[in-house]
Amino acid sequence: MAKLDVNIAGLSLKNPVLTASGTFGYGLEFADLIDLNRLGGFIVKGTTLLPREGNDYPRMAETPQGMLNCVGLQNKGVEHFATEIYPQLKDLRTNVIVNVSGSDPESYAACAARVDELENIPAIELNISCPNVKAGGMAFGVTPEGAASVVKAVRQAYHKTLIVKLSPNVTNIADIARAVEAEGADSVSLINTLMGMSIDIERRRSRLSIGTGGLSGPAVKPVAVRMVWQVAKAVKIPVIGLGGIMNAADAIEFMMAGATAIEIGTANFIDPTVTMQVIDGMNEWLDAHGVKDIHEIIGVVD
Amino acid sequence: MLKKHLIDLRVKAVEHPREGYVLLQLTDERPLPEMRAGQFVEIKVEGSPNTFLRRPISINRIVREDNELWLLVHAIGDGTRAMAALQPGDHLNCLLPLGNGFTLPEGEDKKRLLLVGGGVGTAPLLHYGEELRRMGHEPTYLLGGRSAGDLMQLDLFEKSGRVFITTEDGTLGEKGYVTNHSLLAQEKFDGIATCGPKPMMVAVARYAHSQGTPCEASLENLMACGLGACLCCVEKTTEGHNVCVCKEGPVFNTELLPWLS
Repeated sequence: MAKLDVNIAGLSLKNPVLTASGTFGYGLEFADLIDLNRLGGFIVKGTTLLPREGNDYPRMAETPQGMLNCVGLQNKGVEHFATEIYPQLKDLRTNVIVNVSGSDPESYAACAARVDELENIPAIELNISCPNVKAGGMAFGVTPEGAASVVKAVRQAYHKTLIVKLSPNVTNIADIARAVEAEGADSVSLINTLMGMSIDIERRRSRLSIGTGGLSGPAVKPVAVRMVWQVAKAVKIPVIGLGGIMNAADAIEFMMAGATAIEIGTANFIDPTVTMQVIDGMNEWLDAHGVKDIHEIIGVVD
Repeated sequence: MLKKHLIDLRVKAVEHPREGYVLLQLTDERPLPEMRAGQFVEIKVEGSPNTFLRRPISINRIVREDNELWLLVHAIGDGTRAMAALQPGDHLNCLLPLGNGFTLPEGEDKKRLLLVGGGVGTAPLLHYGEELRRMGHEPTYLLGGRSAGDLMQLDLFEKSGRVFITTEDGTLGEKGYVTNHSLLAQEKFDGIATCGPKPMMVAVARYAHSQGTPCEASLENLMACGLGACLCCVEKTTEGHNVCVCKEGPVFNTELLPWLS
């Protein structure tokens, strides 16, 4: 058994396997099928200051080796999370991380401040990169100045581990990563979904209610690995890698590219037990290759 | 809520009740998990490179004495066509049981329930009717199709209740739509359940509302996870909230859906 524990700016994970926001509900949806406590942690669905109904149906289209979604941050708001969901999660023996979103720096900061009050939530992941929300969301994530303005506001309101989730829909993701690092982000996670579109040719219209959506799944993995590799070279803070991870080999690929931890997203829809298989598979791979500590492989690819 | 399982079931028998449809009879060495009528299964499709997500399929029948789960599948795309090519002895990875299921009547009174189905939407009504019959209630089926050949499993429906039929071309039963059937003018029911094309379900819901009869409809929105995590399969309620068909449904009281106006 290799040593699998890693540390994200003071947040200690028993293994590098997290789940990606929006693909794992509040974790409880998977409790019949896996032992949540075996995870390094999980990131609950995007939470905003006020409730949001999200976009109209249809919100999903299957694509080659992936899917598009335009859910649009449907959630019942941070107060609902704090009073109804948090009590069900607070005694788990894993890291429960809240993905926080907003429409301007003030609403991001207010939402983050409310989560800061929840003792057993050790970190937030700031979503400055949702492609499915008109006001805000990705608007902040696509320029270094916009990203910095949100992180600056949240950093003042939030005192625990602050992870910032980056959009791939930018000219140079390393510039954005450096900008959020400069404002005090403890870690960056990437990539969020790639903007995409799928057209029903018989009906001559988009398969998604708002036209475009975010692409996820194995189709995006090579793009994600490249961006993790670029960002890991550009910043000193730990990088969390995600984008199309389906198995342990994919996870190891991201870590070799420079990720200290990884998130599993869309794969949870295909196999709700995939996280357990990735943890076991990483262990087996490390043992088979004589690697005693997972740190030996992080960022080994120049 | 019933515990969810991820299990490999063995294909015991495959039938093709009509062109483009396949009936899969699945089993396992262990007793099948508890499942309710109206719940569904998410199937992992093998051998179809373009199929990335699981396919949600309603429970058609549970044959407890033979430890069988039946799924009736309309082979309409790559994923379902790959399912139609399955052979006895193949295995199918199943996530089940999912969703809420139809309401089973409480109390001692014998209830008269009308189950209205169209197309492959008749599939979950068979299991529901059989459960109702087993509990001592009286299911009545009203099944619709375009033509006589569209109607499947009639022998099984007839074993568990009275069967009334409409076809659009008049080749079987009364000619027209289910909501035009003369039965509806002659009898009152304690409850109605419907599954099939949305326009049909909306018409059934409006009929039920006009009669003051409780009505449930089973929806089949596009979905990914089946667990209430991805929030893709939502339906808007009369209150304007988006709810997951996979978790809060697939069966809804039609008074909660904005179908009546």
